[in-house]
Amino acid sequence: MILRYLLEKEFKQIFRNRFLPRIIFAFPCVALLVFPLAANFEVRDIRLCLVDHDRSHASSRLVRKIAASGYFKLSRQAPDHRSALSSVESDESDMVLQIPPGFGRDLVGTGTSRVTISANSVDGVKGGIGSAYLSGVVAGFADEIRQEIHPEPAGAGPGRIETVPRLRFNPHLRYESMMVPALMVMLLTMICGFLPALNIVSEKEKGTIEQINVTPVGKSTFILSKLLPYWLIGLLVMSIGLVIARLVYGLVPLGSLGTIYLFACLYILAISGFGLAISNHSNTMQQAMFVMFFFVMVFNLMSGLFTPVSSMPEWAQATTRINPLSYFIEAMRCVYLKGSGFRDLQPQFLALCACALVMNGWAVLSYRKTT
Amino acid sequence: MNVIETERLTKRFGDFVAVDRLDFQVARGEIFGFLGANGAGKTTAMRMLCGLSVPTSGTARVAGFDIGRQTESVKKSIGYMSQKFSLYDDLTVAENFRLFGGIYGVPSREIPSRTDEMLELLDFRSEKNTFVKSLPLGWKQKLSFSIAIFHRPGVVFLDEPTGGVDPVSRRRFWELIYEASDRGITVFATTHYMDEAEYCHRASIMVDGRIEALDTPARLKQAHGAASMDEVFRNLARKATRRAD
Repeated sequence: MILRYLLEKEFKQIFRNRFLPRIIFAFPCVALLVFPLAANFEVRDIRLCLVDHDRSHASSRLVRKIAASGYFKLSRQAPDHRSALSSVESDESDMVLQIPPGFGRDLVGTGTSRVTISANSVDGVKGGIGSAYLSGVVAGFADEIRQEIHPEPAGAGPGRIETVPRLRFNPHLRYESMMVPALMVMLLTMICGFLPALNIVSEKEKGTIEQINVTPVGKSTFILSKLLPYWLIGLLVMSIGLVIARLVYGLVPLGSLGTIYLFACLYILAISGFGLAISNHSNTMQQAMFVMFFFVMVFNLMSGLFTPVSSMPEWAQATTRINPLSYFIEAMRCVYLKGSGFRDLQPQFLALCACALVMNGWAVLSYRKTT
Repeated sequence: MNVIETERLTKRFGDFVAVDRLDFQVARGEIFGFLGANGAGKTTAMRMLCGLSVPTSGTARVAGFDIGRQTESVKKSIGYMSQKFSLYDDLTVAENFRLFGGIYGVPSREIPSRTDEMLELLDFRSEKNTFVKSLPLGWKQKLSFSIAIFHRPGVVFLDEPTGGVDPVSRRRFWELIYEASDRGITVFATTHYMDEAEYCHRASIMVDGRIEALDTPARLKQAHGAASMDEVFRNLARKATRRAD
């Protein structure tokens, strides 16, 4: 069995490398402990500049309510809109709330009134989310006032539609619940994509591949010997990820671990095969690194990892269909949050099978023993 | 019986004819010197014979197999030592023997005893578990050669096996070649050292992709009225129009 000797060699090389075993452990820890907590879309401490032309009981109640929401900090009280805007320009405030004269009177008298919200949208996420939060607080306040003036049993008011969102699967919209399973996929992509991509080409640079090419080693055997170590490393990384998700975020998949590992096995094969194919086509490690970087960036951003696939333009959605990441991320989220089983995920399973076959077929064919 | 036979073996890279219609035979057990200036096409020809490069035209048989159609059978029957050191330097001496022994199908039970035998021959026992990267160049070359003949191939190809080492190490290296030849292994070697050319049973001299002379060193010297192989080489290489790389 030639494969046995080749695998022995690969493992020795990996464990003797001073850098690789450490990064294989450090990477999942950093990615899963830091990213979900620090780099998330939650917006807080929005600096709000207030322009209160009303100065009534109602307006000061509204301001107290906004402060009590916990998302806003009152940065300044401005006398007029112009000076409020200059406070935004000097980056003293993020948003402006303008309460017009007669706000309290109109609200109590007619049940309607107007306020103006302006947001600095240089950071679009902060601007959008901030103004949505603020509108929510203002609307809540208006309801409160209405209730006080015309008390009525809940939901019985004429002509009023009350919407009560029921969020399924992730009821508190926890960012970690959605991101941690997807980040595990990103981790596998980085580790099991990049390491194989650098492997074969490093043998080319050192010249050792020539000594292999002159032997009767079969092409598939050689590729398999490169694939299997990363397969095991990937499953190890996946396990570390599952443990961190459980211990740090209290995340336990609703579905079965077996389904997760089944998808992980397939996905690692696909992405490592892709890495090996890139390695075969490259002449230097630098080349392999750049090409891989390009693809991994596209794979990550176009996979639904950060932004939902369903809101991408048609053509972009079409590209996600050949992106193995998108299938695995979907599967991971479904198993973790919805408790989906293998039967529910058959389309993703078949798609990943196809990816794994194509990538590894490509890796074997692109390995040339003869020039 | 011939171990290597070529017939109009040619390799072109675009318009450049690196190897031009080679016709020669090497007999079993022979030590065959494959000489030529830099860029004369020696390495290219050798890579074709080892199945690392596909000929543009012409054919060759190595150890009885066609290099174009039976490449993998050729690879099983030969050993190869490349110009650039290409063993795994993050493995130990013994591990390199084990890896290549295993790849060439040496039974796993035999690998340890053959390894010891080889280390004995090289006077290398103390370095059995040394990482290859910490060996001096001369030792690395002897190790490469031993690994190339570890699976007892019919023919071994050596591409400038003694480049960059001192005369004593080169001398010792050639003793290893003779020992291998005594055991029936055909040796096909390129070299730039003309004293080494004198050690060969027969030598060919390549100029601009073609073989200009092929005979025993004694007869080559006689034909060119030269006192040494060095003189023969200079005589022939002067005709070259191709610039060395």
